[in-house]
Amino acid sequence: MIAVGESAPDFTLRDQDGEEVSLADFRGRKVMLVFYPFDFSPVCSDQLSLYQEVKPEIEEKGVTLVGVSVDSPYAHKAFQAKLGVDTTLLADFEPKGEVARAYGSYIDGPGMANRTLVLVDEDGKVAWTYESPNPGEFPGANVIFDALA
Amino acid sequence: MADLTSAPVPPPGPEDHVRGEGELLIVYADLGCAHCAAAWTEIVGRPGRLVFRHFPVASKHPRAPALHAAAEAAGRQGHFFAMVDSLYGDRGHVDDPHLWRRAEELGLDLDRFEADRRSDAVAQRVRRDFTAGIRAGVARTPALFGVAALRPEDRGRV
Repeated sequence: MIAVGESAPDFTLRDQDGEEVSLADFRGRKVMLVFYPFDFSPVCSDQLSLYQEVKPEIEEKGVTLVGVSVDSPYAHKAFQAKLGVDTTLLADFEPKGEVARAYGSYIDGPGMANRTLVLVDEDGKVAWTYESPNPGEFPGANVIFDALA
Repeated sequence: MADLTSAPVPPPGPEDHVRGEGELLIVYADLGCAHCAAAWTEIVGRPGRLVFRHFPVASKHPRAPALHAAAEAAGRQGHFFAMVDSLYGDRGHVDDPHLWRRAEELGLDLDRFEADRRSDAVAQRVRRDFTAGIRAGVARTPALFGVAALRPEDRGRV
């Protein structure tokens, strides 16, 4: 897992609409990267749905929430629609999991990101991280607000 | 905006919906949630004092806010758990006409039910439970808590 205080590795990935999004686009603003295993898996669905319910409060803290998984932009688009969420979802698709690897979140066997939260501050530094004990569990939204307090 | 940082589960209070007596069981539940519906019979079948707290996840269950508002409005006429039982007992009829039919079957004053379920007071009441659930770390529903989840100073009072 990437360490607090390190420079957050920059990346450019496509979002659910096929648009390129770079970490550098968020400079001057905080961004919470939510690495998760797969679109449409039951736990990931619950996690992103829950965070959607408190997205206004997260944004009120000056933080943009961004999901990252190894799925394609097309899968992300369908997943967004199914969940009824509008969180930006980035496709860490090719080379598969390259960004998750850079953040130390990738799990080789199943070929997916672990459930990991990374708060990147206004200057592009890692300000806080959280790694689930296993991919079947996800942190409640209170954990995000504790990190932003 | 509400404080959403971590906090223990609030102890039962006068606003809470409580059923039964004995050992405390607090449940954060989503009335649009299939898992909650499946578990409901077992939850209410347990001996003890059940406290129901609202935890609607609207993005996942688009009708959840309307269902929680309906239950809360029924509660203002003394039929909270009857409406919850009704909603979990039949998840296939959750549009407004179905809610009116359920209210009629429970003998509710329909005009009052309609006004209450659309009121800010009811929406705020539901949101207070949701906020407390977020602070307690509720991630999925149903989420069950016993007395050990309360602050130590609250445990002796319940």
